[in-house]
Amino acid sequence: MATVSLEKLVKRYGSLEVVHGIDLEVADREFIALVGPSGCGKSTTLRMIAGLEPVSGGNLKIGGRVVNDLPPRARNLAMVFQSYALYPHMTVRENMGFSLKIAGQKPEEIAPQVEEAARTLDLTHLLDRRPSQLSGGQRQRVAMGRAIVRQPDVFLFDEPLSNLDAKLRTQMRVEIKKLHAKVQSTVIYVTHDQVEAMTLADRIVIMRDGYIEQVGTPEDVFQRPHSKFVAGFIGSPPMNLKDAEIADGQVVFANGDRLPLPARFKDRVTAGQKVTFGLRPDDLYPTGHGIHSGEDADVHRQDLRVILTEPLGNETLVFSDFAGAEWVGRMLNPRRLSPGEALPFCFDLSQAHLFDRESGRTLRG
Amino acid sequence: MKGWRPPAPFLLLLPAVLVLAAVVIIPLILSLYSSFTPFRLTQPASLYTFVGFRNYARILTDLEFWTAFGRTVLLLTVALNVEMLLGLGLAMLVEKATRGQRLLRTIMMFPMMFSPILVGFQFKFMFNDNIGLVNNALQSLGLTNQAIPWLIDGSLAFFAILVAEVWSSTSVFAILILAGLLAMPKEPIEAARVDGCTPWQTFRYVTWPFIMPFAYIAMTIRSLDVARAYDIVKIMTDGGPAKRTELLWTLVSRTAYADARMGLANAMAYVAILLSIVFTVYFFRKLSAARTQIAAEW
Ligand SMILES: Nc1ncnc2c1ncn2[C@@H]1O[C@H](COP(=O)(O)OP(=O)(O)O)[C@@H](O)[C@H]1O
Ligand SMILES: [Mg+2]
Repeated sequence: MATVSLEKLVKRYGSLEVVHGIDLEVADREFIALVGPSGCGKSTTLRMIAGLEPVSGGNLKIGGRVVNDLPPRARNLAMVFQSYALYPHMTVRENMGFSLKIAGQKPEEIAPQVEEAARTLDLTHLLDRRPSQLSGGQRQRVAMGRAIVRQPDVFLFDEPLSNLDAKLRTQMRVEIKKLHAKVQSTVIYVTHDQVEAMTLADRIVIMRDGYIEQVGTPEDVFQRPHSKFVAGFIGSPPMNLKDAEIADGQVVFANGDRLPLPARFKDRVTAGQKVTFGLRPDDLYPTGHGIHSGEDADVHRQDLRVILTEPLGNETLVFSDFAGAEWVGRMLNPRRLSPGEALPFCFDLSQAHLFDRESGRTLRG
Repeated sequence: MKGWRPPAPFLLLLPAVLVLAAVVIIPLILSLYSSFTPFRLTQPASLYTFVGFRNYARILTDLEFWTAFGRTVLLLTVALNVEMLLGLGLAMLVEKATRGQRLLRTIMMFPMMFSPILVGFQFKFMFNDNIGLVNNALQSLGLTNQAIPWLIDGSLAFFAILVAEVWSSTSVFAILILAGLLAMPKEPIEAARVDGCTPWQTFRYVTWPFIMPFAYIAMTIRSLDVARAYDIVKIMTDGGPAKRTELLWTLVSRTAYADARMGLANAMAYVAILLSIVFTVYFFRKLSAARTQIAAEW
């Protein structure tokens, strides 16, 4: 059980800096998800924590102890790799017991621990197979089993589910959540899939180009994104983000279409300011087919023309034309719509976001 | 006239069969047959005297033959082990190289590009007791002030031959093992490090099982090579001094051409080939076991 702290952590490959002095405090037993687009430095950060990549600058502490120069074996952590990285020449049993064998435990001590982990992960009948005789999902579970058996202070996952099909991924996501509840270890989980991050993590760390954009609970990052980038990255389908200007106390889009300035931004913007207006699909719906954020919701009504619909069964995504662009809305209790049809929409402006167009930072206090 | 015409496939294969028969099958049968005769090159008629297993029986009790046999096995064992270790070390060093790896790989192959005869001459010169580089270097370094009789003393000569063999063929191991290292997935090694392995344990439990099949391929190739070692020895010592570095094939060639006892020489050759077959089968067994172990797809 341990805390992990990154203090101004830097990673350079030669003269190329890929992680630019990031700070992060991970509490004991916390489940942290590192998300961000491909190439933003998530794996690099995780590998520095694991000790597989040397730290180029700053401090890395595990359990309060600086571990910058300690080899992986001195850090007592377990890692699940994207490619599973099982030992091909060992059986499942040997794979799972390997770290204990290395730690000098006797075979009769190792066996019950491996069997216990195999039971948890439903691997008992596969214990004598080799990795090449397993399916992707089974290999993934063996990789998890190998990590559990170690009883590490910290679990590290690097996109462990990205090689699985959608159904298996959902299933394993639940398994990982249960597992964390059971083993109560600190977990650092890298993924590019924001749904995984949202469903699993206590806190989410959103990375971009080697910087941390925002750290917060799933609700935090969803409802109070600090930047345009986070707003666009978290949530599916992504938030509608459209460039606009402030004029006459209104939000004016490029083609002249207007929306009232959301009340909460009244004192935070000046006339002529260039902004980006953001509204989640959940807050843009055909009248009668959505939920207001509250009694005092600041709802703006306007007729929009439907361009395209994506029926999902319980709801329909409606792409409609406004301000010379395409806006996604979410229609609950859907009825059939035809393209070209015009119908009244609600914009729930109390849920709207405004970002400074230059810096991308939120304009909210 | 209604002549019989052989079927077309037979006709088409006939040239190949004839060529094979002329260059492989007939000499093979002839040599096998002659190993059952007291055939001497100087007495062609002796080819027609059949003596059964007399040559083989004679070999069984021939101390000279078994000494050469044992020396060949010893050379094979020592050379293969040394080459294996050096090749492994070289391959691991080259694999670590971040720059110029291609160049290093090419340089590594240089010894294989020389004819063994040239290697023999080169090492014969280097180990020469008067003008050789080795003695010269040892004396300049002050390690000795004598002229060490490298090619004259029996065990020193064996050592010199061993050095020449190792120098010329370590790259077989190095290249094959390097191929293995380069083909190896890197994640299991990282997993092992996180699992608590020291660098040595990582090598022992993860890297080594993976490159073992490649090492066995090299062993198979090289065991055949050394079991028929001839040229380097012929040049460096010619089996001497006083037959103290005689190997199987120098003995076979001496018996055949110097003593002109072709029948006996052929019998020796067949026993020698048996040795090669035994080694090949042994290493192939090892290879396929190692391959199954790492679940290789080839
Ligand atoms: N060994 C390396 N040498 C040079 N650049 C690297 C190396 N490994 C990763 N990078 C670069 O570092 C950046 C971050 O990579 P990575 O951490 O793998 O991203 P991701 O967030 O997709 O896991 C990328 O731009 C990548 O090109
Ligand atoms: Mg990655």
